[in-house]
Amino acid sequence: MISVHALSHHYVGRTVLSGIDTVFPTGKFSALIGANGAGKSTLLMLMARQLQPAAGELRLAGMPLSQLTVRQFAQQVATLRQFPDFRLRLTLEELVAFGRYPHSQGRLGPADKAAVDDAIDYLGLASLRGRYVDELSGGQRQLAFLAMTIAQQTPLLLLDEPLNNLDIRHAIDIMRALRRLCDERGCTVIMVIHDINLAANYADHIVAMKHGRVYASGEVAEVMQSALLGEVFGLDFEVQRQHGGYVCNYFTYR
Amino acid sequence: MRLMLIAIVLLGGLSLSLGSQTLQWADVLAGREDTWLTLQASRLPRLLALLLAGSGLAVCGVILQHMVRNRFVEPGTTGGLEAAKLGMLVSLVLLPDAGLLPRMVLAMLCCLLAGLLLVMLLRRMPVHGQTLVPVVGLLYGAVLAALAEFYAYRHHLLQDMQGWLLGDFSRVLAGQYELLYLIVPATVLAYVYARRFTVMGMGEQMASALGLGYAATLGLGLLLVAMVVAATVITVGAIPFVGLVVPNLVAMRYGENLERTLPLVAGGGALLLLLCDVVGRVLMHPFEVPIALTAGGLGGLVFVYLILRGGPR
Repeated sequence: MISVHALSHHYVGRTVLSGIDTVFPTGKFSALIGANGAGKSTLLMLMARQLQPAAGELRLAGMPLSQLTVRQFAQQVATLRQFPDFRLRLTLEELVAFGRYPHSQGRLGPADKAAVDDAIDYLGLASLRGRYVDELSGGQRQLAFLAMTIAQQTPLLLLDEPLNNLDIRHAIDIMRALRRLCDERGCTVIMVIHDINLAANYADHIVAMKHGRVYASGEVAEVMQSALLGEVFGLDFEVQRQHGGYVCNYFTYR
Repeated sequence: MRLMLIAIVLLGGLSLSLGSQTLQWADVLAGREDTWLTLQASRLPRLLALLLAGSGLAVCGVILQHMVRNRFVEPGTTGGLEAAKLGMLVSLVLLPDAGLLPRMVLAMLCCLLAGLLLVMLLRRMPVHGQTLVPVVGLLYGAVLAALAEFYAYRHHLLQDMQGWLLGDFSRVLAGQYELLYLIVPATVLAYVYARRFTVMGMGEQMASALGLGYAATLGLGLLLVAMVVAATVITVGAIPFVGLVVPNLVAMRYGENLERTLPLVAGGGALLLLLCDVVGRVLMHPFEVPIALTAGGLGGLVFVYLILRGGPR
């Protein structure tokens, strides 16, 4: 779906990404993992075109990203940022409806209304429709923004740490919703995530980054190795397989 | 909305009948000539000017608030009014014989330039505290005002400036306020592009993620604001706080989806200014308190209240 070729980026003199080459598989749920400052969010923001790469190229379905117009891009890629610095007072329904902006330019047709209803129902937010977003709890707010992203109905979704500050219930709700988006609708999802256990149990593909480079990438089973993850995070890792899922122990004091 | 319209009609009727010469509605109906003259030459233009200026300034305020994503800004707290004043002064010196239109164009250009400069300044600012932005805007306005005063001093216009740039509707007569009609197309345009302005209010990154041409929308917003502010300053003078108070009050109750709230903001602005005008005329009847004072007093109080409250949320 989206491929990265010899991509580099730096902020004033400091290199944050160097020589990244990787492919995010179509229709799969990919997780970007790594320590703080490893370059995960920068890579995601480059894919979202919120930053311009210093060198290298990104391609969406073979087409260089830089060749798409703002509107074409918005019809194919939806982005949810880490802390949506959002100050407008809109109701949840209005917010989700603005997810249709790339398609409707704000004039909602029947198809747009259906997409809005669908996104709201998909995340079980129907009871909060008329509430103002700034009056919702942190978890509900995050779900509202995710609903907006889903309403955009793009083949590719980019999410930067959408689980930040969420309780385990809301975190699982979001992971399940994204999993279903891949399975039922064939969407490609790429997510920056810190919780390695959630990544291992919900994603298909993991890209592990360290010091601005891709340290390892592949299917979950390939990356979920104690030694490899230990290197990525500089911690003692113990990956256990239990009940068909993964549990990583990196927190026991030794 | 309906309530607002009724209130506007009632206050409008009151405003028409107020004045040094009390209007007898019976005379109007009877078709007495001098009464009709008062009505046509002075009272009606005044009412229209009030409604236009009020709604225009309120719409300006809400657009500016979406533009810089701060609910404490309006033409009076971003140097807009001061820039228009400066433009008008410059036009008085450079084109002493020019009519209102060229003056307004110059004031508008000044306003546009000042707005552009401020937006660029704010974008470079590393911290974006909700209360910091209006402080910067007020300082910026003070610098522009100082410039204007210095310029006026050099050209012996200081007294004039203080007199006629204080917002006041008592000078409005038929033939002198018609520039204000520019507010009608500006407001209509603002409404047509209301969705764009709402998306702009989500911030540059979110807006471009939604496929909005951010720079073009910003430019359009600045242009509309400059047009309205220049037209009001030239015809009736500087009126502070209308653009601040009304959008904030509307946002508390009805949110900020401009497609829905812009008519309320426009109506609310007209109503507030009308109210300030009637109060100013009743307070020391048959003399008048200039509207800049009543609006400033009332608006200032609400401004302080909003700051203390930290905005609608």
